[in-house]
Amino acid sequence: MLKLHGKLPVISATQGRPYLVTLTKNQSLPNALRAQRALLTTSNRVPDGYRAVFSRHFSPSSSSRTSDIFFISGDYDYLDEGDIVRIDPDTGSMRTLYRHGSAHNTILLTEQCNNYCLMCSQPPKDHDDSWLLKEAMQLVSLMPSSTERIGFSGGEPTLYGRGLIDLLALTKRNLPRTAVDVLSNGRSFKDFAFAKAYREVGHPNLTIGIPVYSDDAVRHDYVVQAKGAFDETIQGILNLKKVNQRVEIRVVIHKQTIDRLVQTCEFIARNLLFVDHVALMGLEITGFTRANLDSLWIDPFEYKDILSEAVQVLAAYGLNISVYNHQLCVVNADIAPYYRKSISDWKNELVEECSGCLKQGECGGFFSSSKMYRYSDNIKPIVS
Amino acid sequence: MSKFQKIEFYKSPKAEYRLLPFRFTPLDDSRHVLTNLAGEYLLASRATVEDLVNHRLDKTSASYVDLRSRHFLVDDDTSVAPELLAIKVRTSYVRLAEFTGLHIFVVSLRCEHSCPYCQVSRQSEDKGKFDMSPEIASASLDLTFRSPSKNIKIEFQGGEPLLNVDLIKFIVIEAEKRNKTAGKNLAFVIATNLALVTKEILAFCRQHAILISTSLDGPESLHNKNRPRPGGNSHQRAIEGIALVRQELGRDQVSALMTTTEASLGQVEAIVDEYLKHGFSGIFFRPLSPYGFAIKTKTYRAYNADRWLEFYKQGLEYIIDLNRRGIEFVEYHAATVLAKMLTNDDPGFVDLMSPAGMAIAAVVYNYDGSVYASDESRMLAEMGEERFKLGDVLEDSYEAIFSSPSLLEPLEESFAYSVPMCNDCAFEPFCGADPVFHYGLQKDYVGRKPESEFCHRNMTVFKYLIRRMEEDSFVKRLFTKWGTR
Repeated sequence: MLKLHGKLPVISATQGRPYLVTLTKNQSLPNALRAQRALLTTSNRVPDGYRAVFSRHFSPSSSSRTSDIFFISGDYDYLDEGDIVRIDPDTGSMRTLYRHGSAHNTILLTEQCNNYCLMCSQPPKDHDDSWLLKEAMQLVSLMPSSTERIGFSGGEPTLYGRGLIDLLALTKRNLPRTAVDVLSNGRSFKDFAFAKAYREVGHPNLTIGIPVYSDDAVRHDYVVQAKGAFDETIQGILNLKKVNQRVEIRVVIHKQTIDRLVQTCEFIARNLLFVDHVALMGLEITGFTRANLDSLWIDPFEYKDILSEAVQVLAAYGLNISVYNHQLCVVNADIAPYYRKSISDWKNELVEECSGCLKQGECGGFFSSSKMYRYSDNIKPIVS
Repeated sequence: MSKFQKIEFYKSPKAEYRLLPFRFTPLDDSRHVLTNLAGEYLLASRATVEDLVNHRLDKTSASYVDLRSRHFLVDDDTSVAPELLAIKVRTSYVRLAEFTGLHIFVVSLRCEHSCPYCQVSRQSEDKGKFDMSPEIASASLDLTFRSPSKNIKIEFQGGEPLLNVDLIKFIVIEAEKRNKTAGKNLAFVIATNLALVTKEILAFCRQHAILISTSLDGPESLHNKNRPRPGGNSHQRAIEGIALVRQELGRDQVSALMTTTEASLGQVEAIVDEYLKHGFSGIFFRPLSPYGFAIKTKTYRAYNADRWLEFYKQGLEYIIDLNRRGIEFVEYHAATVLAKMLTNDDPGFVDLMSPAGMAIAAVVYNYDGSVYASDESRMLAEMGEERFKLGDVLEDSYEAIFSSPSLLEPLEESFAYSVPMCNDCAFEPFCGADPVFHYGLQKDYVGRKPESEFCHRNMTVFKYLIRRMEEDSFVKRLFTKWGTR
């Protein structure tokens, strides 16, 4: 797993507010550009004029009075040209916000949520974190317009209301060719005016991913720990489709959803056939999932036939399907057309049992958290 | 103490629920079929149905959860069902607003075949008497292009339409000319026995993207027995014709229809094999219609609905078995019914529509300028019953024809949702109104359903399809594939 945030020892820095800055490895940028870049360097000598310098040396020789200089360890060797970080010059606290070479740039907008899902990977916190939204605004202004895909997640980003719409509008202006995925529980869109405001953004490649965990309203409400959530989510999806927005339905598979997975897919096929994509997702063993592991864990190998049946239902009705977060050796062969390597690169690993497997390159692998806490007992190398 | 609540917390403590409109019909001794307003079905025991309607159903039972998620009831926990039902019902009726898509031109009643079951053809050399004139064709096209439908399909029928191929060419070229301003999705089909097809005709078809629909009743002996012609070589001509069409137009540009006769009944597997052998990927098991010479020659009475149903089931089982062996082959009648059972789309099959498909789905311009509400209507007219004649292309306006009492009365009266017995029937969403059929046999648009072969035949097929799906997961998967084609 990549280390995406931590504290860097401050070698010298002026007092000030945290700021976002784009990284470069180019020691000889024109002076005009240096003030907008942070230099990643292994050299002992620090050139003048960069906004910040991340050095692999504890005591680099520098005559610069303008640069904030930090020591950076080998944990961050993944950082590269064009990446964007947030750095606090007072404390050295750094977070990687954007990796130029990655297809998995997800921007956390808030930790607040009106659901409280049993398997939440980002447990909600009830405090004002609207600075995250402001930071996201700066971030989309810094990202290159060649960025292929970004995600906005939470928490529940729609709790910002107008604030989220403004961010999406800014994103459209700065990144008109970038695919944008928003993760939401969809409940806010039960308000048709909000759905219309969302449409007004007019982003050409914007998809909203909304979870539906069961065709049984009570079970869905239980999984998300919120009474009435099912009805609001369904109404939200209907409203979004009324205004022709792209909607992906996401179903997380675990012990509380597996028994009605086929019925849930039938429900989607009969009632929500107009959605653009359905993702059936394996469990990530992080956040609340760890606390609720006993009531959530089921070995994917045990449910592989149910997964196949569910996928066949969706496929028959012509829905676009993806199966996320599963390993190739625990799904049936008929999953192949829908199988995606979905686990973000920075938290994707293999386990010991994988050694000798011929399909490692095609396999989606494991969440780092699965490797650490729980994964299928039926992982076997595929050798033919 | 966990900060997470148990599932019970999310259930309203109140036991009350409200029923949404639904219907139920026994499937067999132990089970009922229940259908919701949008035609989604569930099976339940008699006891469950009784508990449900008496508001005694246990909220913790699996049946309760299934019934709620399939929109048979609402309670304090969820009430999104009516909105979803409304969308589904609207979707299933969306074709109505399109109005007439299929326009059948009977370009000649003449035919060189003399099939005993044929409903309408004439053995005559008299072109003037039984061929459509350009004037009538032109007036029929005027009406065709008045249809609000975005999709217009012109089908040439007979008799044998290729006996009047010059008129076909005239109509195609004239229609294309008009379509330059009308901008419809225009398609053409010729329904022909292929005995008279030539490369030259097919070159015209290729140029104008005309599809071919032909007849194939089964193996050579059966086909030739059903379809006598001079030379006794109808089968050979059809097979050679099919090959020629594929060569000239492309493999999927020809489809075939079979007619079931008494002679067909014992040989359903041989009929399917004949379709397989000639490269078709499916077959439509049609019941024999009771019109035309079929009634006059008593061939209709020669076998009753139950014998056809045995034939149908045997054929369907054979086709299921083929699929189990890895050979993809579809029975299109089942596929049409399954689409109504398993999706919100109405496939628009004229015999299974309510309101009836007459003039709404298809309209017939006869060779002599008469306009009929359906192919069956003109057949009835050939038997002397002119009730479903809507007007005349040379004399009547579009408005007069399509709001004629001969159309509106049977449409209104036969609408199955409000017809006695159909109204209570769980299978009504899968079924249709057939006022022409019922008028032909019972002199009544609605008909007495206990005596209706239409009702008996369809009910039996519906129950059979459901039973097979429920008892065999392979069949469920296969049928889902057919229904969602």
